[in-house]
Amino acid sequence: MSDDLFSVADKKDYTPPAPKSNAPEMSVSDLALSLKRTVEDAFGRVRVRGELSRVKIHTSGHMYSDLKDDKSVINAVCWRGQLAKLSIRPEEGLDVICTGRITTYPARSNYQIMIESMELAGEGALLKMLEERKKKLAAEGLFAPERKKPLPFMPKIIGVVTSETGAVFQDILHRIRDRFPCHVILWPVAVQGKGAENKIAEAIRGFNRMEGHRPDTMIVARGGGSLEDLMAFNEEIVVRAVAESNIPVISAVGHETDTTLIDYVADKRAPTPTGAAEIAVPERAGLLYQIEDDALRLHKSIRRILSDTKNRLETRTAQLGTPALLLDTKTQKIDHISETLVRVFERVVVQRQKHLIEVSSGLRHPKDLLSEKGRVLAMMSDQLKRRGEKIGDSPQRNLEHVSRMLESLSFKSTLERGFIVVRDQTNKPITDPKEITKGMALSLEYKDNIHISVHANDS
Amino acid sequence: MTNIQPLDSLSFEDAMGELETIVRGLDSGQAKLEDSISSYERGTALKNHCEKLLKQAQLKIEKISLHADGTVKTETIG
Repeated sequence: MSDDLFSVADKKDYTPPAPKSNAPEMSVSDLALSLKRTVEDAFGRVRVRGELSRVKIHTSGHMYSDLKDDKSVINAVCWRGQLAKLSIRPEEGLDVICTGRITTYPARSNYQIMIESMELAGEGALLKMLEERKKKLAAEGLFAPERKKPLPFMPKIIGVVTSETGAVFQDILHRIRDRFPCHVILWPVAVQGKGAENKIAEAIRGFNRMEGHRPDTMIVARGGGSLEDLMAFNEEIVVRAVAESNIPVISAVGHETDTTLIDYVADKRAPTPTGAAEIAVPERAGLLYQIEDDALRLHKSIRRILSDTKNRLETRTAQLGTPALLLDTKTQKIDHISETLVRVFERVVVQRQKHLIEVSSGLRHPKDLLSEKGRVLAMMSDQLKRRGEKIGDSPQRNLEHVSRMLESLSFKSTLERGFIVVRDQTNKPITDPKEITKGMALSLEYKDNIHISVHANDS
Repeated sequence: MTNIQPLDSLSFEDAMGELETIVRGLDSGQAKLEDSISSYERGTALKNHCEKLLKQAQLKIEKISLHADGTVKTETIG
């Protein structure tokens, strides 16, 4: 190394040589096109897995999006024509596997994938997407039990939405024929693949729009298949068409273990297409049997009622009896009453007799009375006699006393005072002068028992 | 029996329901004789109506075909 090379003076004076290259000059476009060819040749068609992001469908119908993972991102484009053919509907956040060509977009210095087909990355992701869709539709109330319409017991016309080919329609027909033959209208649709969901939804709406022979029960059916095969029955457009249907819908998609979103919105879910036919129509033989049984019970009942009524009537008649019997009963009653009457009468007479005896016992014979009174009289006289005897024996004192009283009260004392007593010849006192007649002999009594006889003069 | 509907306007389901009610009623034996007899007559008519409806049923298969103009046509198949 020489010091000269690093001297300031040397540097100052240094003039770099003009760039020289034998490589030809390229325009940007040339380069971009060259890059495009290189990229396209190197990668060709790829399958790439990533999450859809910034999904945007332009008015032109093309879709512009990003496909990314945790570190990188690649632009993704899907032309309108391809977009319609995709088996899934690109949605923000979907984990997908895209198949397409890698190319560049020279105008933006971009490289990108032109999507030709798209599938969900694994069943888990698909199920997750369905779960989210289910949640969204449930939140709208599309699966609410109160929205479910009752199925007619005996449908007149059954509309069937399914594939014209394949066993499903034949299975349904077969079971309907067995159970309860009726009018069946098939609306043939593709049940899988691109645009199947649109055809299915259109068939459901179409049956609803029908005039005249409009079905009163609808079966939307498909045989078993993979989750992807059944996808049309998970599409919102189908779910909404069922929700809007005025005709009750029975869903029968796949096998019993497969559950698609149409099963949640349908008025009835059948495990299989055959099961749908069983739900749709009753079993005619069973109904006929039931009606026969009802008719038999009806006959038995009416016969029993009639015989019961007859028996009751006979019992009543027996209870009613014959007129003679009635009369006998009455006669007996009269006999009984008259007997009672006699008995009562006799009793009354006896009572009266007894009473009479009692009363007459109080009434006594005059002879008896006389003899009794005689006895009393004798007794009294006896007593009187005894009393009289007693009086005879009475003390002097009593006699004197009585005499004195007699004396004091006697007219004699009046005579003492000079008065006289005038008597007629019979010695009867005359107290009234009018009694005295002329020449009448009168006796005048003075005191000391002095009597003077006089004759009355004419006065 | 309350309001008696003419048979022709009765659906199978309603006719069957009424028949069952009549059968139960007669089974219980509570009704008057006169009512029992009219119930029996009604029951027999309902039974005939139900049978007729059941025997009328026939399989008829049609298919929808769509025209280019979007109109719908049905044609009998099978």
